[in-house]
Amino acid sequence: MGAAPATRDVTSYGMGLAAPLALFFLVFFVAPLLQLLWLSLHNDTAALHWGLGQYLHFLTDPFSLSVLGSTLLLGAEVTAVCLVLGFPIAWLYQRVGPKLQTIIILIVLLPLLTSVVVRTFAWIVILGRQGIINATLQSLGIIDTPLKLLYTQFGVVIALAQVQMPLMTLPLITALGRIDPNLDDASCSLGAGSWRTFFRVVLPLSLPGVIAGCTLTYAAAITAFITQSLIGGGQMLFMPMYLYQQASTLQNWPFASAISIIFLLAVLAVVSVFTTLGRLSRGYGGT
Amino acid sequence: MSGRKRTLEAFSFEFVMTVIAIIALIIIIAPSLVVLIVSFTSGFSLRFPPPGYSLRWYAELWNAWQLHFAAKNSLIVALWATGLSVVLGVAAALAISRSPRLSARLLDSLFMSPLVLPALAFGLAALMLFSLVGLPVSPLTLVIGHTVVCVPYVVRNTVAALAQLEPTLLESSAVLGASRIYTFRRIVLPLIRPGIIAGAFIAFMSSFDNVPVSLFLRDAATDMLPIRMWQDLEGKLDVTIAALSGVLIIATVALVAVMERVTGLSRRLTN
Repeated sequence: MGAAPATRDVTSYGMGLAAPLALFFLVFFVAPLLQLLWLSLHNDTAALHWGLGQYLHFLTDPFSLSVLGSTLLLGAEVTAVCLVLGFPIAWLYQRVGPKLQTIIILIVLLPLLTSVVVRTFAWIVILGRQGIINATLQSLGIIDTPLKLLYTQFGVVIALAQVQMPLMTLPLITALGRIDPNLDDASCSLGAGSWRTFFRVVLPLSLPGVIAGCTLTYAAAITAFITQSLIGGGQMLFMPMYLYQQASTLQNWPFASAISIIFLLAVLAVVSVFTTLGRLSRGYGGT
Repeated sequence: MSGRKRTLEAFSFEFVMTVIAIIALIIIIAPSLVVLIVSFTSGFSLRFPPPGYSLRWYAELWNAWQLHFAAKNSLIVALWATGLSVVLGVAAALAISRSPRLSARLLDSLFMSPLVLPALAFGLAALMLFSLVGLPVSPLTLVIGHTVVCVPYVVRNTVAALAQLEPTLLESSAVLGASRIYTFRRIVLPLIRPGIIAGAFIAFMSSFDNVPVSLFLRDAATDMLPIRMWQDLEGKLDVTIAALSGVLIIATVALVAVMERVTGLSRRLTN
């Protein structure tokens, strides 16, 4: 039988099948983004004068910079909350029977598939002046006047954390499932306690999942514009709403384009930092 | 002595992890339950717990023609976007899966990039392009925009299903004289069908729920359900929205249950 070089590989298909989608993306995804970049490099709305005016405006304007800063900070806070709450779920998932596993997965999946507006609406009901938290605290006599929970940073972070939790938990479950359970036993029998084993063995080995989860959660949290605007209210402005206001209300397309490009670059920077970390950690976790 | 210390230590670890996990699961599930309960209120506010229970807001929903209209539009756009995503996405997945070529890896990254890039920026960019070439916003531009942001789910799930396929099956089929098309129809397609359906389902749900792209690419006459709900919530807290949310939550749970049966959705998303 030997070489048989002439026979076609029957297990793969030609790249030509990707052509329709590639063309579709070229026309309706790449071209628009290039045009966005082109427009952002113009100083006037009629796009007659080239220049970096829009970017200079953004980067020298304290207000714009504070919007960017608070958006990036928000992403970090939400990611941290999701990691702290999501990791124990993934840990628990590995220790229960198949029936409970399916239930945990479905609980985690449900918010991912429920409408974002519905999920956000639920948080308005919970955090509002007459909401559950305030009603409970008042009926227990702990507080007299309702706490302000809606339209606060705390409210936005907790609502976003719930909305984005599946994106953190699913990769963590996958990563923890790949760890050899013998390592856990080995560490314990060598005298390391459970906490030490967790921080020195389980956590490092699950780093690829942690990083994948953080990337998805971060990217989703900073672009989650419905939750940001409904829970944050008019007082708190984040990049997506800033972009929308400039584009839609003020019709300042070149500036909105520059905001978009800066926002895109910020997201890409974060994603590539996480990807690099992921590559570095693979030597650690890969088997 | 040290043995007891060890068990205490192990117990403290398991206790803390289990408690946090249970709190986290409650935080995940509670909002949906709260909305469901509030939607059956007999009162006029979103107070929790409700003063009494009734179906009045669901009855109210029956007459909310604006919401019906928006729901119909969202449904039509989501169906078209899902159909287009499946046709384009499955073909592309067949091409790029298993291919060791650099071009396949690059295309894979390109097709996945709408998942991480801000959809709002893409919506604005697409609007500018359409207005440059003189294509007015319409249901067509909505379908195009939604397809771009939904097709990654189809590609990803189909590629994952193809990766699980045993290459020997295809080789045996070829050796036995089956044509590639016949092999595809009788062997490949039945085996990857659950993956395609799972991808199509997630694509459909994300299109139905899309706001950022719709905001820029819809025309004034095409009201979309999530945008309608969002704007209603910005104005006043309407209990009708709670009833609508109840309907959407129940529909989602039902669809997820069906999908779990048909495609094993939960295993698919954790492997």
